[in-house]
Amino acid sequence: MRRRSIVFAVVLLSALAGIGMGVGSYTFIYAKGFSYMSNDAIICANCHIMKNHFDAWAKGSHHAVAVCNDCHTPHSLIPKYFVKGLNGFNHSLAFTTGHFHEPIQATAFNHRVAEANCRYCHEDIVHQIDVGGGREPQDCIRCHRYVGHWE
Amino acid sequence: MSEPSQNGDQNRTGLRLQRLLRLSAILVLFVALAAFGVTALLVNIFERKQEARNPFFRVVELTDETEDPAIWGKNFPMQYDLYTRTVDMQRTRYGGSEAIPRTPTSDDPRTVVAQSRLELDPRLKTMWAGYAFAIDFREERGHAYMLEDQMFTARQQKPQVGACIHCHASVYIPYKKLGNGDLIRGFELMNPMPYAEARKYVEHPVACIDCHDPETMQLRITRPGFLEGIKVAKAAEGIPNYDVNKMATRQEMRAFVCGQCHVEYYFKGEEKRLTYPWFNGYKADDVLAYYDSIGFEDWTHADTGAPMLKAQHPEFETWNQGIHSRAGVACADCHMPYVRSGAMKISDHHVRSPLLNINNACQTCHKVSEDELKARAENIQAKTMEMRDHSMGALVELIGAIQEAQSAGVPAERLDEARQAQRRASFLIDWVEAENSTGFHASQETARLMFISMDHIRKGQIALAGRSEQAASVMQ
Repeated sequence: MRRRSIVFAVVLLSALAGIGMGVGSYTFIYAKGFSYMSNDAIICANCHIMKNHFDAWAKGSHHAVAVCNDCHTPHSLIPKYFVKGLNGFNHSLAFTTGHFHEPIQATAFNHRVAEANCRYCHEDIVHQIDVGGGREPQDCIRCHRYVGHWE
Repeated sequence: MSEPSQNGDQNRTGLRLQRLLRLSAILVLFVALAAFGVTALLVNIFERKQEARNPFFRVVELTDETEDPAIWGKNFPMQYDLYTRTVDMQRTRYGGSEAIPRTPTSDDPRTVVAQSRLELDPRLKTMWAGYAFAIDFREERGHAYMLEDQMFTARQQKPQVGACIHCHASVYIPYKKLGNGDLIRGFELMNPMPYAEARKYVEHPVACIDCHDPETMQLRITRPGFLEGIKVAKAAEGIPNYDVNKMATRQEMRAFVCGQCHVEYYFKGEEKRLTYPWFNGYKADDVLAYYDSIGFEDWTHADTGAPMLKAQHPEFETWNQGIHSRAGVACADCHMPYVRSGAMKISDHHVRSPLLNINNACQTCHKVSEDELKARAENIQAKTMEMRDHSMGALVELIGAIQEAQSAGVPAERLDEARQAQRRASFLIDWVEAENSTGFHASQETARLMFISMDHIRKGQIALAGRSEQAASVMQ
C-alpha cells in the first residue's frame, strides 16, 4: 500500500515535471530562445514589431560598424546582460500584452545607454565640445537622429 | 500490546498519505498554472508569427465599375473598417465637429448636426449678407456625412446646381454612366442640372474608387475638376500638357487625391462648369487677381451692393504655401498616417484631424511629447484666430461705413472703390475662415493674407473719406 502510493506519487511527479519541461522547452525553442544569447542584429527582429527598425538600420549609416547591441546595451559583460535581460523582459511583456505607445519611444534609461555608447566610440572627437558647465549634458541624438535607423 | 502500535502505524501511514496527496494536489495545481501560462505564451508567439505573414486574400474581383465600398472592403477589411469610422464626431480646440442633437423636420430628417458657425460668430452673416451661406453654415463633419449634410443644409433654400455633387458624392462611375463611358462628358452634363435631379445619379459619399485604381490600388485622380485644374496650374508654372495620372510622383499623389476636392472653385459660365481658378497660381491673391481679370462675382452684397466672392475650403492651396508641403509632407502623411495593424502597416483610412491622433500623425517625425506638439499647433491657431478676428471686425466696420456713405450721398465712384475694397478684403478673410486648419497648413501665408486684407479695408475707408489718391500712394 505504502509502496504503491510512493510509486504513484513518483510517476505523477515525473509526468508533471516532464510535461512542464516538454511544453516549456518547446516554447523556448519555438520562440528561438537561444538566439537571444547571440549578438546578431536580425535576432532583435524576431518579433515583427522591430522589423521596421531593423530594415532602417540595414540602410542606415552605422550598419557597417555597429549592430543593435553596440548602441543599445553597455559594453562590459555584466551591465550588458543586465540591460539585455531588463529590456528583453519589458519588450516581451509589451509585445505579448500589446500595451505600448506608438510610435515606439525609448525610455530615459535606454536613451542614456545609447548616449553613453555614442561616446564609447566617438569620445576622442567630441570631448572638446562636451562642456556642459553643470547644465544638462549634450545629447547626440538630438541632431544625429537618423544615424542608427530612421524609424 | 501490539494493537495500539499497529493502530499508531496505520494512523501515521494514513496521515503521511494524506499529506502526500495534499502536496500532490498543490503541485498539480501549480504545474497546471505554469503549463497554462506557458501554453498561452506559446499560442501568443504563434499568433504573432502568423501576423508577420502577409494576410492579403482576394475574395472578390474589383473592376472599374465596382462602386460600393463594402465590396472593396471584402478584399481590404482593415482599410474599410477604418474608412467607416469617419462617422465619428469629435471636436478639436478650433475645429472638428461635435454631435449637436436637433429635432427632425419634414425638410431635414437629421437628428444630429454640427455646431453652427453663424451662431458662434454672427459677423459672418454681415460678411455674407444676401448669399446662401448667411442662412446656414456649420462645422464640417467627417467624410461619411458629406452627401447627407449637403442635401439637408438650409442653403438649399436657394437653388443649387449639380456641379456641387462633384465633391459631395462618389461621382466617377455616375459620370461615366451619364456620359456613356466618357467621364468628362458626364461631368459636363451633370454640372448645370438642378441639384435634386443630379442627386438621383449618385449613391455613395466619397468611396474607394474615387482615389484608387481597382486593379493595382495605386492612387489616381478621377475628378474632372482637378484633372483640368492641375493642368492650368502646371501650365502657369511653365509645364505644358500636364497629365497628372501619368506625371505625378507617388508622394505627390498622396496630396493630389485630397486636392481633388479640398480646394477653392467657381462655376464657370452658363454651363456651370466646375473650375479650379489656378490660372495665375495657388495663392489667394493669385486667385483674386484671376477673378478680377474675368470680372467674376459669386453674389451681390445685400447691404452695400458690392460684387462679392466666396472662398471655399482652400486646404490644398494653403498647404502648398506651408512648411510641411515644402518638406515634402503630403496630406496623407498627417491625416492618414501609417498605423500598425498586426505586423502590417496600412494608411489610416479614418481621415481626421491630426490633433486627434498626434502620436501617429506627428510623432513619427517630431520626437517630442504629445502635449508639446498640441501646444505648438494651437499656438499657431490661436494667433490665426486673433488676426482673423481683427480683420473680420474691420470688415464689418467697412460694410457699415459703406452703408452710411450710400445714404449720405457720397459720389458713386468713391463708393465703387470702397466696394472693390470690400470684395477683396472679404475674399481674403473668407479664404482663411473657410480653410480648415485655422492657419496651421501655412501660418505665415495666412498672416500675410490677413495683413493684405487689412490694407484693402484701409484703402476702402480712405476712399469713402475722399482721399483715394493718398491711399494709392501709400500702397505703392
